[in-house]
Amino acid sequence: MPIVSYFIKRFLQAAFVVVVVSLLVAFAIRMTGDPAMMMLGESANITEADLHNIREQMGLNRPFLVQYWGFMSGLFSGDLGDSFFRGAIAPLIWQAMKATMLLAIISLGVSMLISLPLGIYAARHKNSWGDQCIRILSLTGLSFPNFWLGIMLMLLFSVTLKWLPVSGFSGASSLILPALTIGIILTASNLRIIRSAMLEVLNSQYVMVARAKGLSEHRVIYRHALRNSAITIITYLGLQFGALMGGLVVVELVFNWPGMGTLAIESIAQRDYPILQTVVTVLAMLIVFVNLLVDVAYVMLDPRIRLE
Amino acid sequence: MRALFRFEFLAGLVLLTLVGGAVALSPWLFPDSGKTMDFLARLTPPFVNEAHWLGTDPMGRDILERVVVGGKISFIVGIFSALGAVTLGTVIGLLAGYYRGFWDSFLMRFADIQLALPFILLAITVIAIIGPGLDRIVILMIVAQWVQYARLVRASVLSLREAEYVQAAKSYGLPDRKIIFGHILPNAMGPLIILATLNVANNILLESSLTFLGLGIDPLTPSWGGMLADGRNYIQTAPWITIFPGLAIMFTVLGLNLLGDWLRDYLDPLGKTNT
Repeated sequence: MPIVSYFIKRFLQAAFVVVVVSLLVAFAIRMTGDPAMMMLGESANITEADLHNIREQMGLNRPFLVQYWGFMSGLFSGDLGDSFFRGAIAPLIWQAMKATMLLAIISLGVSMLISLPLGIYAARHKNSWGDQCIRILSLTGLSFPNFWLGIMLMLLFSVTLKWLPVSGFSGASSLILPALTIGIILTASNLRIIRSAMLEVLNSQYVMVARAKGLSEHRVIYRHALRNSAITIITYLGLQFGALMGGLVVVELVFNWPGMGTLAIESIAQRDYPILQTVVTVLAMLIVFVNLLVDVAYVMLDPRIRLE
Repeated sequence: MRALFRFEFLAGLVLLTLVGGAVALSPWLFPDSGKTMDFLARLTPPFVNEAHWLGTDPMGRDILERVVVGGKISFIVGIFSALGAVTLGTVIGLLAGYYRGFWDSFLMRFADIQLALPFILLAITVIAIIGPGLDRIVILMIVAQWVQYARLVRASVLSLREAEYVQAAKSYGLPDRKIIFGHILPNAMGPLIILATLNVANNILLESSLTFLGLGIDPLTPSWGGMLADGRNYIQTAPWITIFPGLAIMFTVLGLNLLGDWLRDYLDPLGKTNT
């Protein structure tokens, strides 16, 4: 299959997923009940005319598909409409998205700083004591709830040692604990993939040739082996992006981090469903987009990959 | 035989026997299900009072008792959701791999959708609407997770259906049902068992996250996630409320992960489960 038609096919698949997921979310949100009633609350003197006005104002008396279309076109034009209780949705989402992405990127950085050297070490010293220890450590890292790790780090660094703020969003120091929490959890899963990707490359002929040429071990590892295992590692990271977003939701709440997860949970508590619908749809679209990007990058980086 | 005595196997077995055994015996060990309140001993720290070895919470309830009793929820959710997802996923995976066509495209599109919606996001949306509850969480996990098993089984079937023994069974005129369940399925079981073990572990973590968010088990029922949520407000004054249930989750999930890792080496040396 020529590369252009592969991209078109892949793009259409992604678009299909976005449509289905957003329709499902929109439909599910409608199941929660009459938004006009939710907005007015449970006060006794609501008249039918009040309800009608609210429905008219918010476009709730239009057919479902028309409302859905309005929501989706708003999503692309940046006009996300109003929430029930917190005003316009767009600035809320924008602020939360910035906070979440900042945390995601720093966490990924933290994780790479720990997992790259450890993964390379484990691959170079396969089956040694060090390798076994790293393997057990990474298994342990996958074995506790991420939010519990967050609470334990908070207990150690904020409550006992008083080095860092407990929670909230007040400068760079408040970023350390949430980023460390997510970073450690990501490290546990990244370590295994880096180790196996490196093992595969270290056994290849071009690494043998590089060694035979008398290149330093450092050069062999970082210039030849790591570059070639990067494709596997990046693909894996892309696939992990959804899990990363899911993990962030809970950890954000522990640290009171003003991101998408906290926004979603707050909107459930206040029954402010337009916000919840936007958060879930935007995150799902972001995940689909990242996966699409990884697939495209994969084909561009490695022309040997057969397109089926 | 040596493989049986690998570190992963022994350590996993010891951890699971300890935690699982205590949880299984909890109706006899703690007949009042961790609900007794000892008001005179509220917020007792651990290891100072012989009546409350792991301390008590703000309502004077014994932490050890609640950790042991609360484990029941985690095991029920972990095991039943994995069993349900394995059953549904296996049937659809077999159909998709053997007959291709509609089932195959249905499965692959569903897999794409599942990839776009991480479980926690899906659960937050659905539970916000239908309300929390043990049965709902289990059903939601089955709905969200069958697809991984289906893909795994499909991949095994695609290679197995070309195997000589399957071709031979076909040439004998065996009906499809017998070929699928008698010849193909038993040979695809290894990776399924591994994935299911790891999935039980993962679902225990997910349940605790949901309950912690207030979207899981009823707060009055003792559960590990619920205890962590309760303890969060006392992290500065009574951290033991949070430490022990977290350790219980960790030991259980680590035990399952160690067993899963060992099973992977034992049943799936070629690494099919990774795909």
